[in-house]
Amino acid sequence: MTDFLTDRRAFLKASAALLAATTAFGGATTRVRAQKVSTSARIVILGAGAAGTALANRLNDRLDGASITIIDGRSEHWYQPGFTLIAAGLKPANYSVSETTEWLPRDVDLIAEYAADIDPEAKTVTTTSGTSVPYDYLIVAPGLRLNWEGIDGFSLDMVGEKGIGAVYAGPEYAARTWAAMDRFTDEGGQGLFTRPATEMKCAGAPLKYAFLTDDYARRKGSRGNVEITYAAHSGSLFGVPIVNEKVRMLFEDRGFNTVHNHVMRAIDADRGIATFNTPDGPQELPFDFVNVIPPMTAPDVVRNSPLPWADRWVGQGYVEVDPHTLRHTRYPEVFAAGDVAGVPKGKTAASAKWQVPVVEDQIVSQIAGSEGTERYNGYTSCPLITRIGRAMLIEFDYNNNLVPSFPGVIAPLEELWISWLMKEVALKATYNAMLRGDA
Amino acid sequence: MEELTLTTLLAVFEEMFGAGLFWIMVVAALAITVGYIYVLIRDRAVSWRKFLLAQLSVPIGAIVAVLFVQFVTHSGFGDIGGPVDVIVLLGIAVAGAIGAAILVYTVQSLVSRPASS
Repeated sequence: MTDFLTDRRAFLKASAALLAATTAFGGATTRVRAQKVSTSARIVILGAGAAGTALANRLNDRLDGASITIIDGRSEHWYQPGFTLIAAGLKPANYSVSETTEWLPRDVDLIAEYAADIDPEAKTVTTTSGTSVPYDYLIVAPGLRLNWEGIDGFSLDMVGEKGIGAVYAGPEYAARTWAAMDRFTDEGGQGLFTRPATEMKCAGAPLKYAFLTDDYARRKGSRGNVEITYAAHSGSLFGVPIVNEKVRMLFEDRGFNTVHNHVMRAIDADRGIATFNTPDGPQELPFDFVNVIPPMTAPDVVRNSPLPWADRWVGQGYVEVDPHTLRHTRYPEVFAAGDVAGVPKGKTAASAKWQVPVVEDQIVSQIAGSEGTERYNGYTSCPLITRIGRAMLIEFDYNNNLVPSFPGVIAPLEELWISWLMKEVALKATYNAMLRGDA
Repeated sequence: MEELTLTTLLAVFEEMFGAGLFWIMVVAALAITVGYIYVLIRDRAVSWRKFLLAQLSVPIGAIVAVLFVQFVTHSGFGDIGGPVDVIVLLGIAVAGAIGAAILVYTVQSLVSRPASS
């Protein structure tokens, strides 16, 4: 017995040491990085969203002595991929909301104002209060602008009333959209789903919300009283042909009506009528519930600067960058990342995640006097929810090729539970790790 | 995933549960495992009587694990869409089963006196 007690004490001691070592390991999960590059460069980042915040963290890790300033007037950071889940009643509005300052390293200066002017010749950014911020390197990552005024008769205070939804408008509006969708799927009627004709954030989101509304109606037993119409802006439902075909089949399976070449331009909430521009002139479609998605452009500060493309996305103002290095083609010390980058694909958080290491590599190499080697191939990903509990994990590149992360394991065009689990459980965690520069 | 390294995975899990809870769970899982190895070494044999009771907890552990994941993710058995989903479901069940068996065996062994030496 005594032996046993001594043994046990020794064993417990050894165990405690092991646990302590494990805990210490937990505290030390910082990345092993290449040696820091010393520099006195002034780096200015416009926008503290997904791309801007991740780059602030990564550049802060890679550079020694650099002065990094991030300019963003919004104190809240929004996890935008969560908006669909909020608008489906699966998460509360605060699921997507955190503080911008939570994610920024201490050594990075935050100017809590919006940028008002960019002068790439003088290499300065002027804020709304008139402060001039000079830079050696500029990262343009302010996201894009939702032009609600592009839909006549619509205003954001209507969201949640009279069957009007606006998932994109923000966490609170997504929650109000859920209230309207919940009522609609109780009562039945005409559900109208649209997308704008401009470039847009996550082109899968309008489809997801149509699928989710259909699913709720089925679960509630009201599908018989619900008509679902999807008004596509062009001749297809999704820009990637192979995905478009799959979505077309799913729409048929779910019994959706589809109209093509319909671009919403006005809404009459009292009459429950939306007006669309079509090749045959204006057309009206009725609704009892509608998810309004406005035309999108680059923010005015970028659109009115010398940075946008002159001959592509005319009037939308996206930054003229090389699609693979994300470096500006006329101003080599300017980079763009995230929604504002003028590249043919990728206005999603997943794109930002793939773009960030490229911009990091290009800037750090440029500072070190060498040539960056990382390239962005247009990767973007869309966990296309097809009902609560199932999604298709669609990933593609500039060439419209599917580029599955788990080939042979997770089929991209199959409605799977595992893809849903990823969206629900792993995505926000991965996003947060990306913000910190860890993923 | 661009590259799925151990550090990326740890970072993602830390964000999923919060760094504190995640490492507490890791420590708990390790503690139970260490406890299990301890009782095996101490008793120098598997007690089949205890193992029998532990086996009874296997289906409960499996079912609880699956229902827990489904509850957290607002999904159900009807959402199984392909072979990989069945594999994931079985994986969750097996993890729950093994966890429950080890836990029950270890707790029994630690609570009751060791078999006569």
